[in-house]
Amino acid sequence: MSSLAQKKGFGAVIWDYLTTVDHKKIAILYLISGGFFFLVGGLEAMMIRIQLMKAGNDFLSAGLYNEIITMHGTTMIFLAAMPLLLAFMNAVMPLQIGARDVAFPFLNSLGFWLFFFGGIFLNLSWFMGGAPDAGWTNYASLALASEGHGIDFYSLGLTISGFGTLIAGINFLVTIINMRAPGMTYMRMPLFTWTTFVASALILLAFPPLTIGLFFMVFDRLFGANFFAVNMGGNTIIWEHLFWIFGHPEVYILILPAFGIFSEIFAIFSRKRLFGYTALVFATILIGFYGFMVWAHHMFTVGLGPTANAVFALATMIIAVPTGIKIFNWLLTIWGGSISFTVPMVYAVAFIPSFVAGGVTGVMQAMAPLDYQLHDSYFIVAHFHYVIVGGVVLGILAGTHLYWPKMFGTMLSEKLGMITFWFFFIGFHLTFFIQHFLGLMGMPRRVYTFGADQGWDLFNMISSVGALFMAIGVLVLLVNVVLTTVKNVRVGNDPWGDGRTLEWAIPSPPPFYNFAQTPLVRGLDTYWIEKMEGNKEGMVYAEPLGDVHMPNGSIIPLIMSFGMFVAAFGALYFLDDTKPWALAVLIIGLGITFGSMLVRSLKDDLGFHITKEELIEDAKRGGNTDGLK
Amino acid sequence: MAHDTPEKIRSHAEHEYLKKKRSTEMRHQLTSFAIMIFLTLIAFTMVAAGFSAYLIVPIILLLAAVQVVLQLYHFMHLSNKGHGTVAFFMFSGMFVAFITVLALVTIVWW
Repeated sequence: MSSLAQKKGFGAVIWDYLTTVDHKKIAILYLISGGFFFLVGGLEAMMIRIQLMKAGNDFLSAGLYNEIITMHGTTMIFLAAMPLLLAFMNAVMPLQIGARDVAFPFLNSLGFWLFFFGGIFLNLSWFMGGAPDAGWTNYASLALASEGHGIDFYSLGLTISGFGTLIAGINFLVTIINMRAPGMTYMRMPLFTWTTFVASALILLAFPPLTIGLFFMVFDRLFGANFFAVNMGGNTIIWEHLFWIFGHPEVYILILPAFGIFSEIFAIFSRKRLFGYTALVFATILIGFYGFMVWAHHMFTVGLGPTANAVFALATMIIAVPTGIKIFNWLLTIWGGSISFTVPMVYAVAFIPSFVAGGVTGVMQAMAPLDYQLHDSYFIVAHFHYVIVGGVVLGILAGTHLYWPKMFGTMLSEKLGMITFWFFFIGFHLTFFIQHFLGLMGMPRRVYTFGADQGWDLFNMISSVGALFMAIGVLVLLVNVVLTTVKNVRVGNDPWGDGRTLEWAIPSPPPFYNFAQTPLVRGLDTYWIEKMEGNKEGMVYAEPLGDVHMPNGSIIPLIMSFGMFVAAFGALYFLDDTKPWALAVLIIGLGITFGSMLVRSLKDDLGFHITKEELIEDAKRGGNTDGLK
Repeated sequence: MAHDTPEKIRSHAEHEYLKKKRSTEMRHQLTSFAIMIFLTLIAFTMVAAGFSAYLIVPIILLLAAVQVVLQLYHFMHLSNKGHGTVAFFMFSGMFVAFITVLALVTIVWW
């Protein structure tokens, strides 16, 4: 049977997605599950805003409020923002460098399923005796005192999904170093590929401290160790250090890919080469380096002493320099361009002032003495929502509109996109701008209610109305997705008409082998160069048409991750006297994982070849076979 | 197919070139091996001679660093062509880890 033959039952499609190792399908899996967790986190945000709508509200109890703020932060950072960015990295980066897939397709799938089961495990805490309630930073003194199993769900769930993210990061690094098409030098890589590269390096270096911290936490809580227990000679501050050694690079892991998406958008819709490409690349690398040297600015009020505070305050302010370089480069890219205000471009233009506002409050907090005033107030909440929502979430929404045609072959409606944008953008500023002032007026974060005599009623009400606007924006986006999918109007290679990089030179969605022939890259913005020279095909080729070697799909990554999921339950109930079966579950779970590793190691899987004839035949049909078998 | 590696018969000049290259490589390896033995001897002698710990510890750490570099470049072929990225990642990783651990240790325990 031909390896391109297709039969499409519903079950076959599901099975195909469960076993896929194709980076484009894994991207869709990341997009769907990241989107799902984004909605869950959004629902939690709405509950927080309903609770704080008026003074002395009793919509949520104090304990439940703690669980909801913890899960809102954890879900949004680990299970929504990162997977959504990984979705775009997976979907676009291999296409941008002219590769047929990532370096390790099997590991790519394993990374996704580990993240997925970690996320599910974490969220099951809602139904199994209460969610974690020590804040998303999970400070050890609080966490060790927390009753029930909430914190254990947090530490075990994040350990599992952290493995997944680490695997994805390593995979992207190897892919970018080794699999660039001929002629694609480092300084010809599109900026989104560059930011993926640096973000992956940050993942590689930043996740180990988190893993160590979580490991200590698991041992302290479940196996009776005393790493953070002060009364037993431990040190509770170490958790804070470990968490923020990871946590600060983590926010750059989030923002850098968003910067990459915006860089692509500015160039495409200004119809200009990126201004200062080299400066943008080096600013990205510098941000990556500095990101590791500033973590203690989250801990100014811990009492590190004036020397440590001064060093970290200065280091923090330095980061504003490369970020400023980026902002000016984007502005100069737009300057004098032939601008078209499509939905992605509108998001990108709105991103600049929003993110700068968040950056400026960031520099304010970098001044340690001022931070003593701002610490743990709503000013901080306003600041990090300005950089995360104003930077990362706007980037994700812009990326969704920009890359939707490349991922699914249909265009999201521009009209509904604009409606989403205005609701979301106005709602975002309405919600968070006023929180700066709430913070300056003394409203503390993480407290479940406030008194009517404190004068915070009106501002909190305004903030809650803003949240409602954002929710409407997201709902309109969902309607947009459904309508677009139902209408199913197919688009061509370059639906925006001004694509510059390689992904726009191939069909939307691309065939499962991406490139029938590996392209030859002749400069920055490859596809743009070919278009300008009148090359109808959009690329020149580095090799003659020949057989293409492809990896086989596999269900093993899913089983391997499921084993970890089962083992996590065993570890969770390990100390409970009422549950003697916990040890058995732990062993069975690890058995499943190691057993499937053994199967993977012993069974040769050499993949398959698509023959030259099949490639020619596929090209005649439009060249976008999805490889479903 | 790009994956096939064709059998190649070397010319006499190529053969001579490879032979020469390998013998220089061998000489480098033997030299660095000798240096490493020598460095180890220094370390042992210092401890045996009973110098102050404040002198011994930093010097041993320094010698260890030198040994690591020799090991990486002469035995693990970091000096060969195409290892630029690897070296860049290793050294930037070491740099980040060093700064982080140093800052953490000084903040927490100093």
